[in-house]
Amino acid sequence: MPQDAIADPRYARAAPRRGLRLSWRDPTVRSIVWQMVIIGLVGFVVWWLVSNTMRNLEVRRIATGFGFLNREAGLPIAEAMIPYTPADTYARALLVGILNTLRVAVIGIVLSTILGTLVGIARLAQNWLLAKLAAIYVELLRDLPLLLQLLFWYALMQGLPGPRQAVNPFGSVFLSNRGIKFPWIAWEPAHTAALLALLAGIAATVLLARRFTAQQMATGTRPKLWPWGLALLVGLPAAVWVVMGAPFTIDAPVLRGFNFQGGATITPEFAALLLGLVLYTAAFIAEIVRAGILAVHTGQWEAAGALGLSRGEQLRLIILPQALRVIIPPMTSQYLNITKNSSLAVAIGYQDIVSIANTTLNQTGQAIEGIAIIMAVYLTISLSISLFMNWYNAKIALKER
Amino acid sequence: MTSSPAQSATIGANGMPVPAEEPRRPPVLSVGPLGWLRANLFSSWLNTAVTLVLAYVVISWALGLISWGVINAVWDVPGTGAQVDTSACRAVRGEGACWALIGEKYRFILFGLYPFDEQWRPALVVVIFVALYVVSAMRRFWNRWLGLVWMAALTVIGVLMWGGVFGLRFVEQERWGGLPITLILSTFGIALAFPLSILVALGRRQTSMPAVKALCVVYIELIRGVPLISLLFMASVMFPLFLPEGMNIDKLLRAQVAIILFAAAYLAEVVRGGLQALPKGQYEAADALGLSYWQKTGFIVLPQALRLVIPPLVNTFIGMFKDTSLVLIIGIFDLLNTAKTSIIEPAWQGFGIEAYLFVSAIYFVFCFAMSKYSQDLEAEFNRHRRR
Repeated sequence: MPQDAIADPRYARAAPRRGLRLSWRDPTVRSIVWQMVIIGLVGFVVWWLVSNTMRNLEVRRIATGFGFLNREAGLPIAEAMIPYTPADTYARALLVGILNTLRVAVIGIVLSTILGTLVGIARLAQNWLLAKLAAIYVELLRDLPLLLQLLFWYALMQGLPGPRQAVNPFGSVFLSNRGIKFPWIAWEPAHTAALLALLAGIAATVLLARRFTAQQMATGTRPKLWPWGLALLVGLPAAVWVVMGAPFTIDAPVLRGFNFQGGATITPEFAALLLGLVLYTAAFIAEIVRAGILAVHTGQWEAAGALGLSRGEQLRLIILPQALRVIIPPMTSQYLNITKNSSLAVAIGYQDIVSIANTTLNQTGQAIEGIAIIMAVYLTISLSISLFMNWYNAKIALKER
Repeated sequence: MTSSPAQSATIGANGMPVPAEEPRRPPVLSVGPLGWLRANLFSSWLNTAVTLVLAYVVISWALGLISWGVINAVWDVPGTGAQVDTSACRAVRGEGACWALIGEKYRFILFGLYPFDEQWRPALVVVIFVALYVVSAMRRFWNRWLGLVWMAALTVIGVLMWGGVFGLRFVEQERWGGLPITLILSTFGIALAFPLSILVALGRRQTSMPAVKALCVVYIELIRGVPLISLLFMASVMFPLFLPEGMNIDKLLRAQVAIILFAAAYLAEVVRGGLQALPKGQYEAADALGLSYWQKTGFIVLPQALRLVIPPLVNTFIGMFKDTSLVLIIGIFDLLNTAKTSIIEPAWQGFGIEAYLFVSAIYFVFCFAMSKYSQDLEAEFNRHRRR
């Protein structure tokens, strides 16, 4: 080594070696010891609980495992989206429950997003009365327990008169303590085909819109989308429907004896659950939307106004797309909440997964399996919503160079 | 002193006096109450239409509510207990409220099956709880004595509820119910979940201890991924299987444990937000002073991080207060369950709306007070940011 290099103080001392020393002063050793202690403690507690459980199950002669799923359920379910009879297996009963949960969650998410956005915008409206009413709505519904609201709506539904004195607000729509009855078209294969055609039309329109945008980027002119959209969204389903014979009969509810015949029904349980969930969650979503709009700089409103846009256009074209970036993350947790809160259905007798799993575990005594199923279902739904919303969030995030 | 406009106007530009002019007022329609009305309610055709429709709806609803809740309401019915005669209420079903239900049952709704002669004890407990909340909300009492006050108050509450000492009659826990149960579940839930949540939040930020971090992440995500009901079911049907034979914990305590575990996961995420929001320089400065991990956390990090997240913490507290009502589903007699049970007798069946409105008012008072408090705190903490 050359002389001047040794004179340089940087070379005078060797850098401390980052080796492992078996000493309490070494942070690595300390952290390893602590982790072993904590893992050991948690492991011991888990082992203790599991061994207790095993012993208890043995004493009570409860067989573990999911074999019970293939047994006959014998449990009646009032509303099922797939064919179901009490003679079916527990597995199918649970599947019906999962579908019922998903049904209320999906419809609830859509409706509460719409209502919440409207209320959130209304709270910022220039109209004083509208803004105040929106504020009262939010403050009132946010500060009452959801379960209380569900019980309230359910009590209100049950307070309706019986079928023979049913309230008839218009047409052949009947409100009674058996639920809401309304006319519905008699479903035939042609309708299913038309619905599929509509879905295909939506997909085609989206693809077309993308191609047109690409064309606009390339050439500067954008072909008109709406004639194509009209043809694909209205023309295609209508053509399919007409080709298949254009069946159209309305199935209206009629009072026969003590109950209604025909028509479609919304049960009081489902109506109360959906109403409670949507009104409650919309109050939270309204606050998220309001905060998101307020987070957009005032200059954006002013600049949009200077371009001559009306207030509605300012909101729709300039403010909301920017507010969306602030809104999406808290909105995700509201969607998760509505899904988890749908489990309160068990209190008013709507048969969702919690209700059916609870009945199952009471009938079979398979407590651990029943609760494991509930948790697994909700974890799966929660994770799926999280993943989708994260993907959407990344998609609309500000594209920075 | 500057001259008034009237005086300065007396000499014109050419030096000639001009007649004094009255100071001009703004148009009548743009100031005062009329101006306010025009700007806020009738600024455009659309706005006017919205105002008129809403005003019609609000007024007709308000009139309907007054006639249902006051004018046509039944305030008293003859008889009491099993001999009560509710035909007067049945007669006005749908047109008038039956407040007689509340008059008859308010003691049951508030205190459940607690012995009737001893109900001053749960009433006092409620008062102590409220006093405790008020004291804790005042910033001048945020010091080390607050912890002692809490411990003393909770001890007194335990003594009052159970009794058995100081000449108080012993009341077994199965007979507790109503508002004290709701307050006990939420207060103990939050008081015990909070320290746990701080530990979990700190654990989740331990990059040097991957095992601890993984444990905390799994705990938080697992609990936040499932509904509270599934935890309560677990507490009510699975917990007895977890314990060795002969060892039994009562239902209220099991539900309390479930609520604590649930609340801690949510609070931990709030606390973690505060820990992340703290500038890195604070951590580095504390390290530079040679503080140990716990000194750094206790003296530097937590006091600042927790202050940052007080508003969301209070919001989580409100959520937990409301969520304690879920214990109804596993059959614990909290405030909501006593209201639900109060209308189970045939005489009172069908008057659920009145009972639920009564407990709504109680829940609303507690939650609204907390949410106003959190909003005020937030405004105060953000004062330096406002222009």
